Amino acid sequence: MQTGNLLLLLVVMIAGAYYMGHRRSFALARPLGGIRHLHSLPFYYAMRTAIWCAIPALVVLGVWLAFDDTLIRNMVMGSLPAASQPVDGSAANLMLNQISNVASGALSPASVSPEIAAAAEKLNSLRQLNTMAITVVVIVVAMLGTAWGWVKISPQMRARQQVEKVLQTLFMLSATIAILTTVGILMSVLFESIRFFGKVPATDFLFGLHWSPQTALRADQVASEGAFGAIPLFVGTLLISAIALLVAVPVGLMSAIYLAEYAPARVRAFAKPALEVLAGVPTVVYGFFAALTVAPVIRQIGESIGLDVASESALAAGLVMGVMIIPFVSSLADDVITAVPQALRDASLGLGATRSETIKKVIFPAALPGIMGGILLAASRAIGETMIVVMAAGLAANLTANPLDAVTTVTVQIVTLLTGDQEFDSAKTLAAFALGLMLFITTLLLNVIALHIVKKYREQYD
Amino acid sequence: MDTAEKFDDKAPGNMKLADQIEGEQAMDETIRYPDQTVGTPYVDNPKMRMRDVEVFYGEKQAIHGVSLDIGKNEVVALIGPSGCGKSTFLRCLNRMNDTIDICQVKGNLHLEDQDLYDPKLDVVELRARVGMVFQKPNPFPKSIYDNVAYGPRIHGLANKKYDLDEIVETSLQKAGLWNEVKDRLHSPGTGLSGGQQQRLCIARTIAVSPEVVLMDEPCSALDPIATAKIEELIAELSESYTIAIVTHSMQQAARVSNRTAYFHLGRLVEMNDTDTVFTKPEHDLTEAYITGRFG
Ligand SMILES: Nc1ncnc2c1ncn2[C@@H]1O[C@H](COP(=O)(O)OP(=O)(O)OP(=O)(O)O)[C@@H](O)[C@H]1O
Ligand SMILES: [Mg+2]
Repeated sequence: MQTGNLLLLLVVMIAGAYYMGHRRSFALARPLGGIRHLHSLPFYYAMRTAIWCAIPALVVLGVWLAFDDTLIRNMVMGSLPAASQPVDGSAANLMLNQISNVASGALSPASVSPEIAAAAEKLNSLRQLNTMAITVVVIVVAMLGTAWGWVKISPQMRARQQVEKVLQTLFMLSATIAILTTVGILMSVLFESIRFFGKVPATDFLFGLHWSPQTALRADQVASEGAFGAIPLFVGTLLISAIALLVAVPVGLMSAIYLAEYAPARVRAFAKPALEVLAGVPTVVYGFFAALTVAPVIRQIGESIGLDVASESALAAGLVMGVMIIPFVSSLADDVITAVPQALRDASLGLGATRSETIKKVIFPAALPGIMGGILLAASRAIGETMIVVMAAGLAANLTANPLDAVTTVTVQIVTLLTGDQEFDSAKTLAAFALGLMLFITTLLLNVIALHIVKKYREQYD
Repeated sequence: MDTAEKFDDKAPGNMKLADQIEGEQAMDETIRYPDQTVGTPYVDNPKMRMRDVEVFYGEKQAIHGVSLDIGKNEVVALIGPSGCGKSTFLRCLNRMNDTIDICQVKGNLHLEDQDLYDPKLDVVELRARVGMVFQKPNPFPKSIYDNVAYGPRIHGLANKKYDLDEIVETSLQKAGLWNEVKDRLHSPGTGLSGGQQQRLCIARTIAVSPEVVLMDEPCSALDPIATAKIEELIAELSESYTIAIVTHSMQQAARVSNRTAYFHLGRLVEMNDTDTVFTKPEHDLTEAYITGRFG
């Protein structure tokens, strides 16, 4: 049976186990005078039986699937006559590919040597056998587990505690998976970065003022040496993010205050989702809005007052990005402001404070941790944003603080480094990982700083 | 039905009263209307004068034509069953009801010569003259000092740091909290015990030197010892302030107030000297309430 079908069958069996456990706990309870004489509710006995059905079977299935492929390959290769054994690892891989192609019918058996054809047949039969065996074993394990779980049901059994334990473990495992994934990503970025720093000195990367990562792909190609100074990229990122935050933080905060403190319920019910739509617009749409609408307007205005504006500018990208991240600030800030207890508002108003004094002196400080969270989220979003920058701010790695110039950002460069012709261990490709690592460290630092601010504030008041 | 039967068992002679209490329908026939409030709701030369006050929450009327006076340096207790409108009425006196969108107030309310609902009135100024202490202690999550200094700061009562220090100290002293907190003025007000927090809230209220202090069940979250302290405090404060206090404790009303107003379903049933209310109430609803037959 196919693995997918086997899983479906297992689900049915688990449901059956649940039902049987449920029935049995009721049957046991009846002579005692009702389910209140059982240690746990029937639900827990049923869950426990279902768990006994599911977990051993799933573990067996998982372990089996993890190893069966390697095992079968080894057996197939071992069956080849000594004369046609491959000489080294890559030859073995090639041969294996050929065998599985023949086995799957992609390659006709006539076109290969008879040993290979025989091996392909062996592979097919082994696979069939494997599928059968796995089906039988998993079903038997599931049935044994169910039987065990079912037999053990007794009025004294502490099923509730056991089920709680299993669930707790399950939740913990899920959390672990999330954390492990993060660690995995971080590790891969870290190792590739170390390789990069083997080719390009870290000081050149961190303090270099010039970025032009074009290196020769082939030895005979005429190309520049490639310069990997990341400073222009970080300055560009900072410049655009700062412009975005300058737009998003005041507008977001003030709209949050309006929504939470002044807006009538009807307006609020409409305006809050409407604001949140801003975050849902695809960034490509923002990108061409920035490039085709905002940038020309900025250029016109600039030229009318005698300024020299590039057709792609940090200002255009930053402004539009700022609009995009308004909801991150406003929505979170609105939530925390609304959560400030009415009693505090009453206290302040009762002392004769006006509404805006109350907001400034009581509500805002009380909501600050949440507001910082929103701003931080918006900042991370701005730093990570790529599409708008590609379209509106350009690709030129200029080192400038002038918002009217074209700049580029870290994420945009990562994209350009990893698209198109590439060679995996060239400095150019590896540079992407180093940039990724720096980006990660930057956002992490940002988080730490914000946490620190929040904590300091809290120590003062709470 | 159940309670009515029990009522009959215990006090068979009280059938008529039990019927009255059954529902508003029955009561409408017997209750005397606002102009018929029994007792002495008016005084000469009052601090606050309320006439025909009606309050609506949307369509629903919560206060029906209540008229009463609060005399200078008097402590007036507002008592009555839960939901009868005591808090609603109290909140009219410094316009805290403005914060509730659907709430509408009609009638004449005056603080001395000032019409409280005059559209030209500055609510900020009014609330500085009529302060409020709430049911649950609600100190700001700021230091003890900043809590008390909050009002003086927004009203610009102190020109120098020294003046502000003095206001904070005298307010805390009047609230009987100074000795307990003088060494920790800059630690958070939320770190105090419930009773201390409530006294802090009282200190915060009197720091702006109001003329009237409104208290909505100020002791309901406190233990008997803290309650006794607050009651003592009320007695002291009444020398310089006019006080209106809502309470569910009849003993408390009897201990702290000069006059007592009994509310029932949004109407003022009786207002009299506290002694009279608790010894020979004029209205049978008042009597039923203070003898604990319903509430
Ligand atoms: N914000 C509000 N919106 C709608 N109705 C309200 C509101 N506040 C109070 N009410 C209604 O007005 C009536 C009077 O309420 P109020 O809070 O004044 O009673 P109370 O006498 O203070 O009661 P308690 O002793 O329980 O505090 C009640 O029927 C209540 O349901
Ligand atoms: Mg109340």
